[in-house]
Amino acid sequence: MPQVNITIDGKKIKAEAFKTVYEVATANGIYIPALCHHPALPPEGACRVCLVEIERQRALQPACTFPVTEGLVIHTNSPKVREARKFALELIISDHPLDCMTCEATGDCRLQDLAYEYGVKGNEYTGGVQHTYPIDDPNPFIQVDRNKCILCRRCVRACNYINGVEAIGIVYRGFKARIAFGMDSTMQDSPCEFCGSCVEVCPTAALWPKMSLGKGRAWQLKKIETICSYCGVGCRLNLHVRDNEIVKVTGADGPANHGFTCVKGRFGYDYVNHPERLTRPLVRRYLLEGGSKAATDHRGGGDGKNGDGLLATGNAAADFVETDWDTALNLVAHKFAEIKRNYGGDAFAALCSARCTNEENFLMAKLTRQLMATHNIDHCARL
Amino acid sequence: MTNPFDDIAKNAQCLFIIGSNTTEQHPVFGMQLRQAVKQRGVPLILADPRRIPIADYATIHLRHKPGTDTALLNGLMYVLITEDLYDHEFVANRTEGFEELKAKILAYPPERVAEICDVNAEDIRRAARLMAAHRPGALMYAMGITQHTSGHGNVISCANLQMLLGNVGVAGGGVNPLRGQSNVQGSCDMGGLPNYYSGYQNVALEASHKKFEAAWGAVPPVDKPGLTLVEMMRAAEHGQIKAMYILGENPALSDPDSNHVRRCLAALDFLVVQDLFLTETAQLADVVLPGASFAEKDGTFTNSERRVQRVQRALNPIGECRPDWEIISDLGQRLLTAIWPELPDAIAEAPHGHWDYMNPVEILDEIADLTPSYAGIRAHRLEKLGSLQWPCPDEKHPGTPILHVGKFTRGLGKFQPMGYLPPAELPDESYPLLLTTGRVLYHYHTGSLTRRARGLAAIYPEGLIELHPEDAARLGVANGETVEVASRRGRVHAKADVTERVQPGVVFMTFHFPDSAANFLTNPALDPVAKIPEFKACAVRVSKCAV
Ligand code: SF4
Ligand code: SF4
Ligand code: SF4
Ligand code: FES
Repeated sequence: MPQVNITIDGKKIKAEAFKTVYEVATANGIYIPALCHHPALPPEGACRVCLVEIERQRALQPACTFPVTEGLVIHTNSPKVREARKFALELIISDHPLDCMTCEATGDCRLQDLAYEYGVKGNEYTGGVQHTYPIDDPNPFIQVDRNKCILCRRCVRACNYINGVEAIGIVYRGFKARIAFGMDSTMQDSPCEFCGSCVEVCPTAALWPKMSLGKGRAWQLKKIETICSYCGVGCRLNLHVRDNEIVKVTGADGPANHGFTCVKGRFGYDYVNHPERLTRPLVRRYLLEGGSKAATDHRGGGDGKNGDGLLATGNAAADFVETDWDTALNLVAHKFAEIKRNYGGDAFAALCSARCTNEENFLMAKLTRQLMATHNIDHCARL
Repeated sequence: MTNPFDDIAKNAQCLFIIGSNTTEQHPVFGMQLRQAVKQRGVPLILADPRRIPIADYATIHLRHKPGTDTALLNGLMYVLITEDLYDHEFVANRTEGFEELKAKILAYPPERVAEICDVNAEDIRRAARLMAAHRPGALMYAMGITQHTSGHGNVISCANLQMLLGNVGVAGGGVNPLRGQSNVQGSCDMGGLPNYYSGYQNVALEASHKKFEAAWGAVPPVDKPGLTLVEMMRAAEHGQIKAMYILGENPALSDPDSNHVRRCLAALDFLVVQDLFLTETAQLADVVLPGASFAEKDGTFTNSERRVQRVQRALNPIGECRPDWEIISDLGQRLLTAIWPELPDAIAEAPHGHWDYMNPVEILDEIADLTPSYAGIRAHRLEKLGSLQWPCPDEKHPGTPILHVGKFTRGLGKFQPMGYLPPAELPDESYPLLLTTGRVLYHYHTGSLTRRARGLAAIYPEGLIELHPEDAARLGVANGETVEVASRRGRVHAKADVTERVQPGVVFMTFHFPDSAANFLTNPALDPVAKIPEFKACAVRVSKCAV
């Protein structure tokens, strides 16, 4: 790519030709506000919040779409620019609910931040008709509130250029314009795969994860970056945590996923805090008190109740009882040692886990080989 | 995978997906492939018996019969060889065994293959020509290739094809197995296999035996590899294995012929299961240890691209749960004393003989010390660099995004000719339909996690059986009606999803739901080399439920 010389706010900059003014400015630490633009998506030029003044151009130009060419002189923060941005924001807000008090996105809303930054009060152009769309779409994952939609088309582009299924579009024009799924039906009846990329990029609360409703605002949540526990793509995720509970998951910028996820990574986290989690070691009563291990029901499937009937064995000695870690681990260590002593290490086998960490799998292999003296270790890699 | 996701998405000129339902099983990579087709116009060739979602983007979809992959791959190679479309330079400089391959392949003209696979011969020719015309091309496969008695042959055939096309060791190419679980790559890398120490150091080699003996102070004999999962189950049934320790796995649902697996586990003297929930397997245990979820622990996962990334603790463990590494090392410590009340010198003096780990970073250091491909992968480097792809032989090494550049590990790439072997069990009069299995977008494996995720459970609440309209009509089954599915090994019930996604004579089920889990039906017949059971093909009978 050829290089060009441009000037932004008096600063001389060498830039790759045909990058946008927004890209070059941002890369050089010069702030230009953007609303409809998202760095992972192709630019749209819809909101006019990124307007800048370019010498020898008659009108102000959107920085997110304007390509740099040799000799451009750009002003990003002149009074004229500030005035035009404020006007653009006034227009957007004239038709916005302004219920920030109870809004989920408060503290995490592009529009709110910009309204504050530009001193927009929201009472300039009211008096017109406000939208009163019913909130919601009948799906378990994503709440749709069209009243808060600013028609920036970020979601449309995310569904097109990140996911690819093109489930979202904008129907009608002017005041009646609104986002729509599929053939203007519900998300579930559209090609949507609930990857949540649209939620990820939506600058307001128009698209919001249902599982996170009422669970806390951005500043109340702790954000920790980790790796998804499901498939082998290894997407990097941000876990948003409050009171030791995951309340939201967003995409983090990992080398495999670049900020996006699939439905399982984004919305499949609540098993972690599920009430059925085991929280204390369980042992069969006979191991603590004597008695014998009765035959448990292992008929398994084929009778319409696969896997049932194993908890209540009808033999009190074989019931599970909760115990403490010391008791449980001593018991296991003692039993494993006894089996090794009586039958040799090859009477032992271990399965490690494709869902546990490298460190944990390494220790399982070490325990099996070093302590139990057998190579009987495997896992479900083949399954 | 030999090549990274990004590299394939950006640089491949042709995509060949065989036996991978990519957009449902590896969704984010599936999206990237979809974008490669949409934005760069890359041709996509799909070989899959089902009309899976990514078929919408395929230039050619070869709907071969389940279990006929090797024949199909040989047919493609037949066209490349006979029409002289293969990469002569690559074959001459980088490979050996071409003549043997050719001799075998010549027995697979497209017309014969078309008959075996039930596809159109012309489509095989078109696909091969497309692959030859658009290079480099990346080949992706998953369990659809491996879970057959012929799985090993299928994998080798994929490699043969890519070598023939000169698509190995180059950006945008490669042989790319997509790994189904977050750390299945890592658990293999770590030596969670009966024949390898960490980093695929063969247990049968004197050198690795000596190395680990010196490091740990004790190891099993060199001449006795362990048993694989399915073999373990059989040994448990026959009383040779008395005790098992199962970490975060649910073989009672994930393994073929679940009824049999349950009998085997119940026959053990002592079963310890460490998991989050009282899974179908934990219900058979004598002791259940409550482990921690990914969100409650620190450590590393290795993804399909061989990329090691940090898992970071976001929550305190729920209740009295403990991170699994902590449980295993605590148990290891106690076991050490239980086995050897007086510690043998060999272990006491071994540099890594001990079990008193303070944190996962110490364990990763031990892994790096003992595993050549992980030698440069240390916590402080991961913190700084974000991730590293193995092989990473030392602390200066940047990691290896693409494998086999310029040279294979063994020097020349060897063509290993493979012949077609039909599945172990084929439909017959009593079991007239061919069952193939898989997963869906909204669930994961045995479902013990996803069935407990409210949204996922709500959107996909029960197990279905996909049935072609012709078969449904013959059986008098309506869409949504509950049917009974039986094989020689078991019976389950499932709701019929009457759809052309499957072809006539083929049905598809998942194993996410205990009541309709396909694994009560599947065949535990093993691939003789890879020891992978044949999940993807067995014979079943579908009938209406008596009301
Ligand atoms: S829903 Fe959100 S992302 Fe989509 S157009 Fe409206 S405001 Fe923009
Ligand atoms: S969730 Fe994903 S697939 Fe569905 S509309 Fe949003 S971006 Fe598109
Ligand atoms: S977010 Fe989806 S694609 Fe990414 S690792 Fe998790 S399951 Fe795989
Ligand atoms: S950010 Fe440039 S027009 Fe919206």
